[in-house]
Amino acid sequence: MGSRASSLLREEDIDEIKKETGFSHSQITRLYSRFHSLDKGENGALSREDFQRIPELAINPLGDRIINAFFPEGEDQVNFRGFMRTLAHFRPVEDNEKNKDMISGEPLNSRTNKLHFAFQLYDLDRDDKISRDELLQVLRMMVGVNISDEQLGSIADRTIQEADTNGDMCISFSEFTKVLEKVDVEQKMSIRFLH
Amino acid sequence: MEGAWEIAFVFFQVWLSVIVGLIMLPAMFGVSLGFTDIYIKVLVKILEWATLRIQRGQKEQPTLPSQSANGIIEKDDGSMEEEIGELRRSHPKNLAGGDFTLCDAFYFCKKGIENIVEDQVTQRFTSEELASWNLLTRTNNNFCYISLRLTIIWGLGVFIRYCILLPLRITLAVIGLSWLVIGTTLVGLLPSSNVKNWLSDLVHITCYRICARGLSATIHYHNKENRPKKGGICVANHTSPIDIVILANDGCYAMVGQVHGGLMGVIQRSIVRSCPHVWFERSEMKDRHAVAKRLKDHIADKNKLPILIFPEGTCINNTSVMMFKKGSFEIGGTIYPVAIKYDPQFGDAFWNSAKYNMVSYLLRMMTSWAIVCNVWYLPPMTRQDGEDAVQFANRVKSAIAHQGGLVDLSWDGGLKREKVKESLKEEQQKMYSSMIVGSDFFEASVGPA
Repeated sequence: MGSRASSLLREEDIDEIKKETGFSHSQITRLYSRFHSLDKGENGALSREDFQRIPELAINPLGDRIINAFFPEGEDQVNFRGFMRTLAHFRPVEDNEKNKDMISGEPLNSRTNKLHFAFQLYDLDRDDKISRDELLQVLRMMVGVNISDEQLGSIADRTIQEADTNGDMCISFSEFTKVLEKVDVEQKMSIRFLH
Repeated sequence: MEGAWEIAFVFFQVWLSVIVGLIMLPAMFGVSLGFTDIYIKVLVKILEWATLRIQRGQKEQPTLPSQSANGIIEKDDGSMEEEIGELRRSHPKNLAGGDFTLCDAFYFCKKGIENIVEDQVTQRFTSEELASWNLLTRTNNNFCYISLRLTIIWGLGVFIRYCILLPLRITLAVIGLSWLVIGTTLVGLLPSSNVKNWLSDLVHITCYRICARGLSATIHYHNKENRPKKGGICVANHTSPIDIVILANDGCYAMVGQVHGGLMGVIQRSIVRSCPHVWFERSEMKDRHAVAKRLKDHIADKNKLPILIFPEGTCINNTSVMMFKKGSFEIGGTIYPVAIKYDPQFGDAFWNSAKYNMVSYLLRMMTSWAIVCNVWYLPPMTRQDGEDAVQFANRVKSAIAHQGGLVDLSWDGGLKREKVKESLKEEQQKMYSSMIVGSDFFEASVGPA
């Protein structure tokens, strides 16, 4: 029903999440309803299967990588705080004007953090470098069986060549940022949340 | 002691005669005494008052979240090519002929997160959220105490629904179903003739009318000139088992379905005695050719009633129409589409079979305010030349969705229980691949398989 869900969320929790993520009160309660409706096991946490049950996400070529981004290293469950923390990356940037008193450090939805989120889609082993193998793996996920290994290999090589400035045949986060500096990250990695 | 039993007996007699006189007899003749209309009008006034009260209460306490049924996010509806094209426009590399860029992943990432927050499919398998509360606890999102008056009205509502309406409705349902079983068995004893058919229709319609009264159902039929005729197939969107009662109140249909045990089985066996319905054993259902053959034979006989089929195959929550299974559209014959739209203000008709079994579902139905719905009969359709069953099914589905004001989805209702097919993901991958290598190069490199 998505109904009584909000009564399980305490006001203190909502305030903390508000400070950490910048979402408004009503947005947090609506997202909690959504979290609750995805949580089929009703244990206050989502597993990977809960995400896989969304058909449009299951057919997304990068679906598994996106789902992975919600789960901290080595864990199989994500609670509502973690869910909101990940979603906060996709808040539009201009909304920050309303929340000047954020916790110190950059807000979760800054341009840098958005780029970092995307970077981690490629960086499978989280060593802060995109190696040729990692790039190939992600490319293979996106194209399926439609492109040959050799072709994919040359695409990967070309991409690394263009981005790599320090010659280590890997793409570091700063090189990643440099290549994409003209891309409108703020708009392309943001979702317009209502009210 | 004796006195108490006598009083109870008299009370029972009065109760029965009220029911027979005021409800059953009019039902048999299709006459409405107008009680339900007055009831609905009063209800509407009360619910409007309640809505205003709640809105006023929300303004006074701004921490109360306002309900909006408009969704959580606003989505971009661009295609893959458009969106990725925009992403690449700002890239310094010259990308004539297609190529890969690191920012391509942004498109999939954003789409994925959007779908996690709000998707088109999973919301169809739970009840629709109401824009404003209708004084039923079950539709209560964010229940907060608003005012004493509202709580009193709600309490009164609970009393009326559970202590007055529920016993009345259960009595009617019992009478309706028993009359159905007894009546059809009696009619079944007659030899085949026009009289038998006429009597069978009368018995069926009377019973469904009594059952409809048993749900306080108010049904508005539109475009009755398009009503399904004999030898045709009636096709409708599916929200609950009550759809059958709704449609059968205005016409006689041949039902199609699996043989059940228990009470359902008893009903099935008796109604098939008075006129031909199509019941399948579980094992027969798997053989698509056998199923198609039986249906074809049925519609070939112009004396038999039109078949009623729900091509979605499962109950959907009445906000959308999901994929129509092509089986019913391969048989041939004329299709009579029907759109059914329930008004959720008065009672939620959707059967969430994962959450409620049949009995709890019926109890919920009988303790709602009422069932109010609109039924539109659409002009008959037949398969055109050059159109295959799937395209025909989609055409019918669009017509029904358009008429009922429902969202037209191509997703399979079976996703309620099953996983999505891998082939859909492969389509996405193929589309993206053609963007990387350029479509002409892509065809050349893949070659004939």
